[in-house]
Amino acid sequence: MRENLHRFFRAARGAGVHVSPAESIDAMRAVAQVGLSDRAILRDALLLTLAKSQDEKLALGDCFDLFFSQPEPRQDQPEADNDDTSPDADQSPPSGAPGDAGEGQPSQGLGPLAQMLLSQDRNAIAAAIASASGAASLSDIRYSTQRGIFSSRILDAMGLQRLRDDLDELTATNPALAERLRAALDGLREAVRDTVSQGLALYAREEAENLRNEILRNAPLARIERRQVAEMRALIRQIARRLRERYSKPRKRQRRGHLDVRRTLRRNAAWGGIPFLTAWKRKHRDRPKIVALCDVSGSVAQVSDFFLLLIHSLHEVVDDVRSFAFSSHLIEVSEILESKSPEEAMSEIMSKVGFGSSDYGSSLVDFEKEFMSTLTPRTTVIVLGDARSNNLDPRADILRRISERSKRLVWLNPEGRLAWGFGDSEMPRYATFCSVVRQCATAQQLERAVSDIVATYQ
Amino acid sequence: MADQKASTSIEAVESGLAAQGYIASRQIATAVYLSQQIEKPILVEGPAGVGKTELAKAIAAWRGMKMIRLQCYEGLDEAKALYEWKYAKQLLYTQILKDKLGEVLGGAQTLHAALDQLHDFGDVFFSKEFVEPRPLLQALEQPGGCVLLIDEIDKSDAEFESLLLEILSDFQVTIPELGTVSAITPPTVILTSNSERDLGDALKRRCLHLHIGFPEQRLEERIVESRVPGISQALRRQMVGFIHEIRSLDLKKLPSVSETIDWARVLVLLQASELDSEIVKDTLNVLLKYEADIEAATPQVTTFIAKAARSNVFG
Repeated sequence: MRENLHRFFRAARGAGVHVSPAESIDAMRAVAQVGLSDRAILRDALLLTLAKSQDEKLALGDCFDLFFSQPEPRQDQPEADNDDTSPDADQSPPSGAPGDAGEGQPSQGLGPLAQMLLSQDRNAIAAAIASASGAASLSDIRYSTQRGIFSSRILDAMGLQRLRDDLDELTATNPALAERLRAALDGLREAVRDTVSQGLALYAREEAENLRNEILRNAPLARIERRQVAEMRALIRQIARRLRERYSKPRKRQRRGHLDVRRTLRRNAAWGGIPFLTAWKRKHRDRPKIVALCDVSGSVAQVSDFFLLLIHSLHEVVDDVRSFAFSSHLIEVSEILESKSPEEAMSEIMSKVGFGSSDYGSSLVDFEKEFMSTLTPRTTVIVLGDARSNNLDPRADILRRISERSKRLVWLNPEGRLAWGFGDSEMPRYATFCSVVRQCATAQQLERAVSDIVATYQ
Repeated sequence: MADQKASTSIEAVESGLAAQGYIASRQIATAVYLSQQIEKPILVEGPAGVGKTELAKAIAAWRGMKMIRLQCYEGLDEAKALYEWKYAKQLLYTQILKDKLGEVLGGAQTLHAALDQLHDFGDVFFSKEFVEPRPLLQALEQPGGCVLLIDEIDKSDAEFESLLLEILSDFQVTIPELGTVSAITPPTVILTSNSERDLGDALKRRCLHLHIGFPEQRLEERIVESRVPGISQALRRQMVGFIHEIRSLDLKKLPSVSETIDWARVLVLLQASELDSEIVKDTLNVLLKYEADIEAATPQVTTFIAKAARSNVFG
């Protein structure tokens, strides 16, 4: 049973539940207490000891149901089984005749697998598959491309070679029986394939997910496929969580500033000014105030979408976010983003300002006219866009005024550096007024950019 | 230990808690049973009013143990949670013992000798006598064991969590001047949290994690039955059904079990025999605590009553 539990822990890790060695020990102890007879209680006990949040409980519950939906090999059966797969396979031809006489004529002289298939003993077959998949270490399966090799390993472990020989022999002597056996073999292959697929679902999730996330992190956001959008959103949420954890806890030590001479003197007046007690100034730390201007025209829209999602899920870290979206003109979108789900919000924003050809000049004019007062010396202004203004007036002078009024002006450009300044790109002209300009095309770059912005306030 | 009922199985836990008026689901009973067996604290999460704190009270009452409660809040620190030196008493004693000290030190010729002698009984003032035990230390010192309830841990600061780690994993605390104090009998520890902030992984790892959600209809009926015995069965069904309908709405604060019980009491007081829209609208403020919620629910009242009545026929 210990073996099975260990496999279950691995499956649980694959399902996204963090199972540390200490937790697995706890789970072992809990299982030793409650026993295995009642599945509902076993499930409860594992959920209590392993899962540490509501999401994990759901994931682990599903994993439990999947894991125990297959007939697990019980301790006694595989052993009995192993005995007759290996030694019996060699012995059965000579000793088969007297022993098998009672079972009837056809199965005489056949290998154990063939006999098992012909007798259609489902439990025995299931147990044999399970023990063979243990022998083939099915729990090491990682990628879907390995399905074939694991299937054949399991079949080999079950004694396929011997079965083939039997089949060859039978086709000559007893064609009808050979036909039956062949059909049974097809059934067996199918069952093995199902077992392997289930193993893949259980054990390969972790690895596959890591790989997929790694690819996703480095994929260009602008050209992401539709089916990956939901996964990307999940990834962005993960990033947001990581940033929140890193930056939401104020670090006390760092806040101590210079000696506060006046307060120290006052406090120590009673000792004649000898400074027994010192008073320290505290560094004042602002929480970030962010004003984000996002280009939502064609090519940049997808990146803006993810960027806005990230910025707006940083409540604990960022004091105040105001977002504006523009293509040919500019509107404020903070409220839409706060009140709606990401999908709805984005489609509403797109219907209001999206799909136009971008005009940075007039959008900046809009911003200066209506929202310039939102900028304070504590504000970081982030502009996200490719700076391609279709050869219209870029109005870099407004950007200069924005930069003068704010703490920092950061420009995130989804295009590669090589493209800046070519064609209608106004990036070099804007760049002179920016504190930082960086490329921001993948989730990883997005994370770094936002992390740097927040870190300047720490 | 003799008066503690030996709970040998989960059913025993369930019925034991039921005897104290706490109707536990199977999962809760399993958690309580396991926490006893493998000596682990239980971290209970869930919305407000589903009986997290009640669970600790019920366990204490059932096992005939004292309950020690530590209410967490922002700024809670070691001195208020663990122990504190009785400064005033220390000062007072030094004053009273001044003469005695003079006598002891009188024999010393040099400053050095005096210091040596002082060292010999210098620790007197930092002994058990002068420690004021706060809830956590009290819990460790109970000879017969106790139920330690650390309530709303999510309200405390992140640093306080680290303070708890030693107690939760080893049932001991270290006081620098005294050494390590271990529990005489390991207490049953229940931590509750409303998920206001994410707790640290280190803390979670040391606990069994129990999530109590809103109960199923049958379970909730049994809870009302045990808490408000005066209510008729038909009305009980109807009102619990109604509340389940309300919970399907998108409200600021969903009514939880404590609201259900309050409402049941109110209905008994008003001597209602069955739900009608008049009485529901009058008493809706017992269930819903926000004006906006009441406004959102009011137009639905009649349909919900009808639905609740219909489900009764089949239920």
